Order: sequence, then structure tokens, then C-alpha cells
Amino acid sequence: MTPDASAPSNDAGDTKSGRRGFMTFAAAGVAGILIAPGVRLVEIAQAAPVPGKASPGASSKVRWGMLIDSTQCASGCTDCVTACNTENGLSGGTKSTDSQWIRKIEIKELRTGNTQSLPMLCQHCAEPPCVDVCPTGASFKRADGIVLVDKHICIGCRYCMMACPYKARSFVHSPQTDQKPDVPRGMGTVEGCTMCVHKVDKGEMPACVTACASAGHEAILFGDLNNPESEISKRIATYPSRQIREDLNLDTGVRYLGI
Amino acid sequence: MAPRFGVLVLLLGLLIGGKVYPGDTAPSRVPQPVVESARGGQCVGDPAFMRRNHMKLLKHQRDDTLRGGIRTGAYSLKACIDCHASKTTNSVVASDTNFCQSCHNYTAVKIDCFECHSNKPQVKP
Repeated sequence: MTPDASAPSNDAGDTKSGRRGFMTFAAAGVAGILIAPGVRLVEIAQAAPVPGKASPGASSKVRWGMLIDSTQCASGCTDCVTACNTENGLSGGTKSTDSQWIRKIEIKELRTGNTQSLPMLCQHCAEPPCVDVCPTGASFKRADGIVLVDKHICIGCRYCMMACPYKARSFVHSPQTDQKPDVPRGMGTVEGCTMCVHKVDKGEMPACVTACASAGHEAILFGDLNNPESEISKRIATYPSRQIREDLNLDTGVRYLGI
Repeated sequence: MAPRFGVLVLLLGLLIGGKVYPGDTAPSRVPQPVVESARGGQCVGDPAFMRRNHMKLLKHQRDDTLRGGIRTGAYSLKACIDCHASKTTNSVVASDTNFCQSCHNYTAVKIDCFECHSNKPQVKP
């Protein structure tokens, strides 16, 4: 059905038909414009959600997440931290001025004395407070749920560091040299876990996940939370998992088992 | 005698004058940026176009890559460095004759890219 069908037919003079002809032509043009981006979006949506395959771009069909099993995480093991530092070119220092994208924490229940070990990193919230407070729009969430800092427009105000309930972000205090080509880092900007976005875009696993698996613990599971067939979704559906600071309703992408 | 001498002076003047035009292969009074040869091969764009527009191309693609996750574009900074890194310093900014540094020195434009980005190619030569 075209808009022309509803138009009165008795006043179809030469001028009117000329205008109508133009309208039809214009409508066809608009339809052409609408179809072209639609086709492209479908292509991206079909190509993106497959782990192990390079993606043509971040797609909102996917939501990358991690499930950390703290019962499998060994106390004293820092393989994930080391792998992160190596992959991203971090110094590995633990001073307050050193960048730590992932750190191991020990939690202890005072009454029973039960201790647990788990890695703490950017939780890649669906409702990230760091993005809410950023005055320049540098802190942003990608379509696939990965929360990143656009260092091109970060002014280093560190509001995001204050807003983050997980202390997941670091400020770069000193000039950097010998950065990794895939991981730009510079003085005066805030940074944090990128979920190894340069690897994820190539269809690979984040460095901490690979390191944990090769250490034999397999405590970190990475996958697509939106796909009900993915291993991570099945495990979350089967076992009770927790988000840290659930009370904040941030809908974190990183979830924990056994805490 | 005098007119003949005048013609000679005129011809000499033309010859010398011709040498200062830019683009001439002979040494010029105008200093030119010294760019040492790098890995070479075919650039992703026409050199004259790239000289004027590389910053726009890079800026456009950086947003696609960082925000959109599209890592297949032709104008990536990493790809520039892979080809243009100097054979001696393995960098594009380490010395004054390296690719990026030489032109940016010449035009007195500060490069901010390498305060964050690596200036060395990913694959060792």
C-alpha cells in the first residue's frame, strides 16, 4: 500500500501528477537508504556472536561476560594477574600509583574463619556508574557490553574511579613507553580491564581466562550472556551465581560462583 | 660585446633561478624533510592525498575501532607503523629522520599519538 492510494483521484492534473511522480521517486530513494543500513546490521548480527571467529564489529546481540568460580580459584595463585600484566603491558606493581586491571583478593568470614580467594576486575556493568559520571563521554559501554575508556577524550578527572564500587580503574601517573601495539596506555588517562577487547574482537579469549585454564584451575569462564546455548549461560542457569554488590542493581557482566 | 655579455648573464640568471623552484631534483635553498626509507611497498593511499588527509582518516577510524569494534579498516595506525617504521630504530618517531617525526618536525606539528600508542611495529622485522 502506497500513500498515493489514499490521495483523491479527481484532481490529478499535469502539475499534480508531476509532483506525485516526484514523491514516488523520492519515496523509492528513502526506501533504498533504509534498506542498505538494515542489511548491514543483519550481517553484523549474524557474524558477531561466534566465539573463535573474528567479528566485523561489536554487536548488541552479544553480551560478553565472565563467570568466576571462587571454589576453583586457588589462594596464592596469581596467574591471571600475571597474564593480564603481560598482555596489556602493565608494570605489575601494586603501589597506589601503579595500574592494576585485575587483582587477587582474599575474603574471610569472621565468624567461621572460612577464607576464599577471587580475582577482582572491572565487572563490565550493564548500568555502569563510571559511564554515568564521565563528564566527557570518554567512559563508555560498547554494544557488546564491554566497558572501556576512550583515552582520546579522557581528561583524567578520575570521577569514574570514585564512582566505581569495585575500585576497578587505575590512573596512569607517569609517562609510558613500550606500550603494546594493541593496548595504548598514556599518562593522564584512566584505564581498566578491557576484557582483552583486542583479543575478543579476533575471536580469542581474554588473557586471564587462558592463563587460569592453563594453570589447571579453569576458574574463569568467558562467554556470551545473551546466548542461552553458551556454556556461561547454561552454568548461570544451573548454579546459583552472585554479583558483587547486587544491591546496586548494576547488572554486572562478571559473576561469581561460590561466594 | 656588451649586449652579448648581457644575454649570458640573463641565461645564467634563469638557470640559477630555475633551481629554487620546489619539486626540482637539484639541491634547493628551501629545506625539505629528510625521510629515511622504511619497509616500503604500496601505501593504502596516494602519497599526496595521505600527506594532507592521514589525520582525518586516522581520526575517523579510531572511533570505528574503539567504539564500534571494527578492526578491519584500511587506515589503522598500527598498519601505518608496520610499514613506515625505520629499519634502524624500528620506530616511526625515535629519531628526527623517522617517518612521522621528520615531517612533523618540518611542519612544527606536535604528534600526540605516541604518548599512548606504541611507535613500534607489532611484528619484529
